[in-house]
Amino acid sequence: MMIVQLLLSFVASSLFGVIFNIPKRLLPHSGFVGMSGWAMYMAAARSGVDGVAATFAAAFFVAFVSNGFARRYRTPATIFIVSGIIPLVPGGTAFEAMRHVVMNDYNAAISLAAKAFMISGAIAMGLIFSEVVNQLVKRRP
Amino acid sequence: MTERVDDIVDVCLLAGKLMLESGGETYRVEDTMGRIAASFGVSRSHSYVTPTGIMFSVEGTNVTRFIRISERSTDLSKVALVNHISRRISSGELSLDGARKELERVQQLPLGYPLWQQTAAAAAASACFASLLGGMNHFLPSLLSGGMAFWCFEMMHRFVKIRFFAEFFAAFVAGGIVLLMERAGFVRDVGNMMIGSVMPLVPGLAITNAVRDLMAGHLIAGLSRGAEAFLTAFAIGTGIAFILSIR
Repeated sequence: MMIVQLLLSFVASSLFGVIFNIPKRLLPHSGFVGMSGWAMYMAAARSGVDGVAATFAAAFFVAFVSNGFARRYRTPATIFIVSGIIPLVPGGTAFEAMRHVVMNDYNAAISLAAKAFMISGAIAMGLIFSEVVNQLVKRRP
Repeated sequence: MTERVDDIVDVCLLAGKLMLESGGETYRVEDTMGRIAASFGVSRSHSYVTPTGIMFSVEGTNVTRFIRISERSTDLSKVALVNHISRRISSGELSLDGARKELERVQQLPLGYPLWQQTAAAAAASACFASLLGGMNHFLPSLLSGGMAFWCFEMMHRFVKIRFFAEFFAAFVAGGIVLLMERAGFVRDVGNMMIGSVMPLVPGLAITNAVRDLMAGHLIAGLSRGAEAFLTAFAIGTGIAFILSIR
């Protein structure tokens, strides 16, 4: 089951690379970035870490790997990051929130929307922290 | 000297325009233009880039230019190409004319992948996503709904220039197909399929660019990109909510 999940996240992330028009030779790499992010998320979520913290860790890892690839292949890191963070986007929570809005159950909708917002924030913070680490490493000669 | 400065500014603006139109971050655009100008000997240049326009001026001369960016698409391989050209300029490999030729060649390049390949990729990505969330029996139905949603988005965007309406319509179509398949008895779990189908429309690039711009201190660019991402998410959400309320 684990292997199927990893495979699916790999394929999905590299296909998102096609949607974002990234260079052909880098498609497997963006797939790898997405897979490693999803693996990180699953490992954290299974060991009982809260969803927001797990997303933070995964986004951090995605940006970390992307910056490494960016340096190795001399391309902008965004190429890897955009397809890498796609599996982490809180689509399910946002959908549930929307479903409750339609059902006029605003209490549940607000709490779900807040959760989706927190997860998006965790993605952003993960990227920021990783960038900070990247700059600290780069500054050292 | 002024003519040369004019030419240098031309090349800088062309590079910046290409990057911004293809989905580069604004701080990367400013950085690239500054580097190109500096390696051609114009060390004191100023640029101000927002997602909808570029201003560029050279200190000590009368040269100040502004260009408007009205159409933006996502073609990250062009961003990578311009980045590569800028590196070659910095290392002294390319002359001013050579750089202009290279950039014009990049400008002529068609979009990285043809529409059918992108649609196929979107369909398969939706299928992978729905299976990732809900199990392998979601694979085939999501292939259909995700592909149709992406195709409708591209077609609608050609006719109606309002991007957010196209996104709303695509989400509506995706939800509609999933609901029809539920009525016909093919699928039971509507939620995961709808999420998978709209995934290719999710503003992933806008979100990352907004965060990276904000980090670099480009507050206006970051906020406007954030607004773009929010509007897209809102359009998708409305499309799905519309379908759910009909159900």
